[in-house]
Amino acid sequence: MDLQAPATALAAMVRDGRISAEDLVAQTVERIDQTRDLNIFISTNPRAVEQAREVDRRIKSGRVAGRLAGVPVSIKDNICTRDHRTTCGSRMLEGYTPPYDATVVRRLLGEGAIIVGKTNMDEFAMGLTTEFSAFGPTRNPRNPQFVPGGSSGGSAASVATGASAVSLGSDTGGSVRNPASFCGVVGFKPTYGLVSRYGLISYANSIEQVGPLGRTIGDVALTLEVISGPDERDGTTVRSALREPDADGGGLERRKVGVVREMAPDGMDGGIRRALDGAVSRLESRGAACEEVSLGMVDYSVAAYYTITSTEAGSNLARYDNIRYGYDLPHEGYEFHRYIAASRGRFGPEVKRRIITGGFVPSAGYSGRYFLKALKVKSRLTREMDELLGRYDYLVSPTVPSPPFRLGEKIDDPVSLFLMDINTVTANLTGKPAVSVPFGESGGMPVGIQMMADSMNDARLLQAARALEGDRGR
Amino acid sequence: MIGLEIHCQLTNLNSKLFCPCKADYRGMAPNQNTCPICMGFPGTLPLLNSEAVRKAAAIALSLNCLPGEKIAFFRKNYFYPDLPKNFQITQFDAYGHTSIGGQGSVRVDGRTVRITRVQLEEDPGRLSYQGGGDGRKTTLVDYNRAGTPLVEIVTEPDFESPQQARTFMNMLADIMENLGVADPYLEGAMRADGNVSVHGGGKVEIKNINSFHDLEKALHFELTRQNSLHDRGIAVAQETRHWDERRRITIPSRAKEAELDYRYFLEADIPWVRLEPGTISSIRESMPESAVSRQERYIREYGMPPQVAAALVSDRFCCDLFERAHTAGTARMVANMITTDLMGMADTREKRAASGILPEHLSVLAASIQDGTITRAVAKQILYDLARGGGDVRSMVRGASGAGVDLAEVVRQVILENPEAAGQARTNPQTVNYLVGMVMRKTSGGADPGETIRLIREAIK
Repeated sequence: MDLQAPATALAAMVRDGRISAEDLVAQTVERIDQTRDLNIFISTNPRAVEQAREVDRRIKSGRVAGRLAGVPVSIKDNICTRDHRTTCGSRMLEGYTPPYDATVVRRLLGEGAIIVGKTNMDEFAMGLTTEFSAFGPTRNPRNPQFVPGGSSGGSAASVATGASAVSLGSDTGGSVRNPASFCGVVGFKPTYGLVSRYGLISYANSIEQVGPLGRTIGDVALTLEVISGPDERDGTTVRSALREPDADGGGLERRKVGVVREMAPDGMDGGIRRALDGAVSRLESRGAACEEVSLGMVDYSVAAYYTITSTEAGSNLARYDNIRYGYDLPHEGYEFHRYIAASRGRFGPEVKRRIITGGFVPSAGYSGRYFLKALKVKSRLTREMDELLGRYDYLVSPTVPSPPFRLGEKIDDPVSLFLMDINTVTANLTGKPAVSVPFGESGGMPVGIQMMADSMNDARLLQAARALEGDRGR
Repeated sequence: MIGLEIHCQLTNLNSKLFCPCKADYRGMAPNQNTCPICMGFPGTLPLLNSEAVRKAAAIALSLNCLPGEKIAFFRKNYFYPDLPKNFQITQFDAYGHTSIGGQGSVRVDGRTVRITRVQLEEDPGRLSYQGGGDGRKTTLVDYNRAGTPLVEIVTEPDFESPQQARTFMNMLADIMENLGVADPYLEGAMRADGNVSVHGGGKVEIKNINSFHDLEKALHFELTRQNSLHDRGIAVAQETRHWDERRRITIPSRAKEAELDYRYFLEADIPWVRLEPGTISSIRESMPESAVSRQERYIREYGMPPQVAAALVSDRFCCDLFERAHTAGTARMVANMITTDLMGMADTREKRAASGILPEHLSVLAASIQDGTITRAVAKQILYDLARGGGDVRSMVRGASGAGVDLAEVVRQVILENPEAAGQARTNPQTVNYLVGMVMRKTSGGADPGETIRLIREAIK
């Protein structure tokens, strides 16, 4: 059995009875075991094979098995799974078991998907290398000396190795697209409000979305279809309908594509430059008219992004005070404020850094200089994007402006790490959909090309991005 | 001057502000009225109770506030164990007027009191402390209350006296009751903090006041304290003080609450709520008539004496009875029976609950008085009996009037028994009254006084 086959094909074979869900999941579990050295999972599902058997029984008895029948999926460990430990990659939630399933998880299970495990991530999704996990770093399947990107590094690695067919990550500033790019898989950040966040443990709730990762655009599109749509448990999900993909099959004739100048600066890595040029030629060969465009506010986007996310993180992570849930820390002899402070000592260095920043930038006397200014950047960037997307159907850029690097190489250099986000944060700050598709290589490591579109054009964007698929530059 | 900051729970709603748990948590074992949302479990999101928005808007409209067109919620960030998320979802006018209401005003004892703002927010849980004897104190937390819809009403410092502040609180309680949004008499359902300053001194906030009565006492104490400092030339410092219920004084708070930086920012999990003009007018239409407008209507339409109208509208129970019992013709009679007879008989909540007085009782009695079947005094007696033990009002009226008492026969007897008085009565009206009294005694007050006088005059002609 080819564990690297597309999820759409695996589901079809399971439904047709050509393969059994049990075999598929059992082999996936074996693969998880074989790739243990990469540290892809924080925990695995001991009942996965048993649940796959139930899918087989459904199929045998002629009942509907679902669009993801028997498909092994992995879930980033900041998305709640009922009765299954959900840690956010943090010691703070090391022993936390949610009492409910996230809406996206419920929807996957409703279509017959089998959750094989919870994937490793930077603590509370803060980072882009998966090195900030309290459970050790994940390694890049292409070369274990390299980081897999982050923060959904485990999700990207699990899809790349066949340890799952598709995965759910979360994307606050590029956390799905960045590891997809580093691991050579497809990663998608939906329009804000298209996918329910109920059960996604908040980091920066005003801009983040759950997003699928897969080996093909078709897999990502199918997963998106399953998880998207209004949710009565999340007031921010949008009720308006997604724009349907083009009936003509997504040809790029008469489509206008802008290549964002600020996202491909002079002096950019040669391999990435070649990948971008190749992608532009490919889009042109399919009929698109490409030209360079400028998005001036991009220069301020990373500063605004860190200001806004730190502010929200400082508030969202305040609830971890070890009073209602948490870990074992005796309270004897503490005044409660001291106890709260002591219990929060378990946060890792990057989380602490952002909580401290988040206490400062919106504080009285400083919010005008930082937080409010960041909100201004966000709204001006949105205006610029709206204006550009009025003239261009899609915007294209490298997903990350530099190639994957080695473990430990940048862990002590937060500022240079922050700048890796420059091409991805725009989609989050403006709520637009964005996809990263593997295209070309640099120094033997994968490179991803990012395409963005206007809000609610998610299906059309995925359709257009198929033009880049099928050439992984190998 | 005195300003107030009032918190009123919307106890009559079915659910909390952001989750399906009960809005009225009273009588439940600790932490039973909770769910992952109000406990702030990771990954949960607040789901705004739209009925709470409507009720809060109705309160704002009752206080003549300008309703916000676009309502936004904010996070108020601070660590406290009774706050499950360690931030409170509340409102804050950072981007213009985004609270439920603002810029209102009401008349209190002939003064205009300005309402700064009306906001919708979540109540925290409650802490209680145990032990301490052996030096070890335990803090217990009960989250049953966490997430209860709370309306905050802030006034400008427009009260001149503690008495006015209390009158305002009573008015507000009436408004809550009249709108049907809350039972203001439930413990902790309506709480007030006071702001007091004198002669341009520092503003002192008084917290921990547990009743309307204590509010008046606390404000009075604080005014006296500040005036006495001022008289001795000592400046009044701006601070937060706590009302000490037992010692009946205000004491400085230990916590430096004023120094907290709440880092307010938009709660992005709750989309802005648009209060369209259509929504506002539908809320207005669904609001019961306010006490003030009712009182005016009673005076205007029924010619009710102002004191009677005021007494009637001040009491929700009685006013409801009136509304359902009266017709245009019997309005004044029903109002009189309620305000002079019934209010005295059923003067406590318990007596009212037990009384079993129905609108029908009052309408039958009023009609029977007006058509002469029974007298006012008999009606009062029947009302009294009904309030005690109930019964069938129609048969009670029949019993009182149709007992076969022949008034003319009673008059004849009284004149026979009092020949001297009957003789004098021809020239002295005082003596007629004496005879009327005799008739009344024989009929246990059941005789109609007018009819009795007529019969006596006829008999002694």
